[in-house]
Amino acid sequence: MIAVANVSKSFTLHNQGSAVLPVMAGAALRVAAGECVGLIGASGSGKSTLMRMIWGNYRTDGGSIRVGETEVAGAEPREIIALRRGTLGYVSQFLRVVPRVPTIEVVAEPLMRLGVAPDAARARAETVLTRLNIPERLWTLSPTTFSGGEQQRVNIARGFIHDWPAMLLDEPTASLDAGNRAVVLDLIREAKSRGSAILGIFHDEDARNQVCDRLVDVTGFSEGL
Amino acid sequence: MSDYNFAYLDEQTKRMIRRAILKGVAVPGYQVPFASREMPMPYGWGTGGVQVTAACLTPDDRLKVIDQGADDTTNAVSIRKFFQRTAAVAVTEHTGAATLIQTRHRIPERPLIAGQILVYQVPIPEPLRFLEPRETETRRMHALEDYGLMHVKLYEDIARNGAIATSYAYPVKVEGRYVMDPSPIPKFDNPKLSGTPALQLFGAGREQRIYAIPPFTKVVSLDFEDYPFEATKAPHPCDLCGDEGSYLDEVITDDRGGRMFVCSDTDHCASRQAEGHGGRLSTQGDAA
Amino acid sequence: MTEHPLLQVSDITKTYGGRIGCADVSFDLWPGEVMGIVGESGSGKSTLLSCMAGHLAPDSGRVIFDTRSDGPRDVLAMNEPERRMLARTDWAFVHQNPRDGLRMGVSAGGNVGERLMAVGARHYGSIREQAVDWLGRVEISSDRIDDRPRQFSGGMQQRLQIARNLVTGPRLVFMDEPTGGLDVSVQARLLDLLRGLVRQMGLSAVIVTHDLAVVRLLADRLMVMKDGRVVEQGLTDQVLDDPQHAYTQLLVSSVLQV
Repeated sequence: MIAVANVSKSFTLHNQGSAVLPVMAGAALRVAAGECVGLIGASGSGKSTLMRMIWGNYRTDGGSIRVGETEVAGAEPREIIALRRGTLGYVSQFLRVVPRVPTIEVVAEPLMRLGVAPDAARARAETVLTRLNIPERLWTLSPTTFSGGEQQRVNIARGFIHDWPAMLLDEPTASLDAGNRAVVLDLIREAKSRGSAILGIFHDEDARNQVCDRLVDVTGFSEGL
Repeated sequence: MSDYNFAYLDEQTKRMIRRAILKGVAVPGYQVPFASREMPMPYGWGTGGVQVTAACLTPDDRLKVIDQGADDTTNAVSIRKFFQRTAAVAVTEHTGAATLIQTRHRIPERPLIAGQILVYQVPIPEPLRFLEPRETETRRMHALEDYGLMHVKLYEDIARNGAIATSYAYPVKVEGRYVMDPSPIPKFDNPKLSGTPALQLFGAGREQRIYAIPPFTKVVSLDFEDYPFEATKAPHPCDLCGDEGSYLDEVITDDRGGRMFVCSDTDHCASRQAEGHGGRLSTQGDAA
Repeated sequence: MTEHPLLQVSDITKTYGGRIGCADVSFDLWPGEVMGIVGESGSGKSTLLSCMAGHLAPDSGRVIFDTRSDGPRDVLAMNEPERRMLARTDWAFVHQNPRDGLRMGVSAGGNVGERLMAVGARHYGSIREQAVDWLGRVEISSDRIDDRPRQFSGGMQQRLQIARNLVTGPRLVFMDEPTGGLDVSVQARLLDLLRGLVRQMGLSAVIVTHDLAVVRLLADRLMVMKDGRVVEQGLTDQVLDDPQHAYTQLLVSSVLQV
């Protein structure tokens, strides 16, 4: 479902003497449907960079990244937009939302974009929020005022509201208590059993061991650069 | 006879005005610019109408001049005298006997006939003026038939007053094309603009515009489907001639609340009285 | 795919005397896409918007719009009645200053109804019904329908302008700094509203702004302009997170973090 082959990436810092920083070369991995692959490697080794290249907000300089039918490297914006609408889900570490939009709407939005009727989308959002132990009294409030853990759970709810064929998870269990962490791990297992191809970064070793079928060490992708 | 050229204006000027009139007749409802002359009367006294009349008059014409329907008000008397002195034409107060009628604010009650010319005095010819102050823009709107704004005005009328409160200078569409200001006639008179056998000419002196409605032209008053146009008048018969269908002036008769309604068209009223009709306050006649 | 771009802009150039307004700008906008154009004052983004919307005649270039009735047509080659018809049916233009986009002397209902009446609506009751509906959608209470915009706050005026523009169900909206001059909290409300409307109506939009936070939240795609030229374009978060051009890098790194 996700296939990365011979991918390279460098940053050119024009405003710092045009320094060119090569950060990745020859990166390769595959994630099959129903599989969860964990990225490992020291901090700064390029885990997040690789995730972002697959998500499409980092440009790929060389090689190929395929998600489903889409070649992400060098794709037109509208291809990426279409990919993100129906195929590829992403749980990032940060919640970026329009202030004042109620939590329930934030969570339901990906479904509404897919054309699901607002009432049905909200009903589904309520189910996921309930599962993640976000109290009902918070649903009508904007998540911008929530605690870090609550924001993270809203983000997860948004990420799991649709059964994406492929998912990227960036530290989904960080800043969660044991109970909620277990819920998230269940959600991941359920997604896998539905056939989702999942690529994740988990610092939490125990969580990683519970859900990941394989690990890929990204350190090898930046050696010798 | 005076030392003025016939009908005051020089022949070149009259030709220029006639060209504007012909263009106006050719494009019904379209405002034709013309080089309005300084007239020996102030703006607002009908300088536009006077110039159009001067350009149309022939020595054989019989002229009638009315102001608010009356032949005997200052404005009407002055203009009638002006043409008697400068053109020596015959004058009349009878609508049926006149070949050319200059009017301010009314259309005579008696239906006009083929061969007659009705000349309107127009203060502000642009119907869109109070909605769009830029002349460049209003001209473009006419050119492109961009008339949504006109209905915005009527919409505002209904929103504010519960009905279209515009009661005079009520905008019309001429022959399905140009939106036109019929001059400040009461909307009661609007239906008479349409399909009349007479030629109707409009002259605005200060604004330097002439426009026309040729005989038998379709003129439609703008409205909404659910708020149709209504030609309203005071719900009374004339107190002098008893006519139930004519447009009325309300006259205060004393300072104890006494008042009467009389036809604003003096010729119409007098003719009816001469035929023996009478109203509530008539001294002769048949009504009580 | 069989669908066409809604708008194809190619090689738009506009100069003011010897000075470049914008030069060689090209892009395609697809149905449902929102594109942001960012750049500092004088970068040519407003000139470009005016050229596309037909307010300004460019020196060269083509703006091809996929019209409902006749398919793709060059807007710049249309005659003025056609362009005006397009501007009040399929297009909308939201000005930065609501005063430029509203009739300040006409009631809120009249403002919303004008486009309907311009395309031939002649039933007062249904015009008013649609006005009430649209005021509701932009969160203006229906009991303000007969008030004039000058009695409204800045945010309300801007929302009214949006209602007035969207009442005929356009497919393409041009917006010139739609949140400029508004308080931050009011901005947020407007952004939320715009996002919802874009999604519900399947609108395409071109938004000119200098506010990167606005494009991050509203735009799918981003075009960065400097000195009249496009220096970089692409997916919004790609341009903002991994800027390639020196100017974009400077622009992104200059944003104050809150």
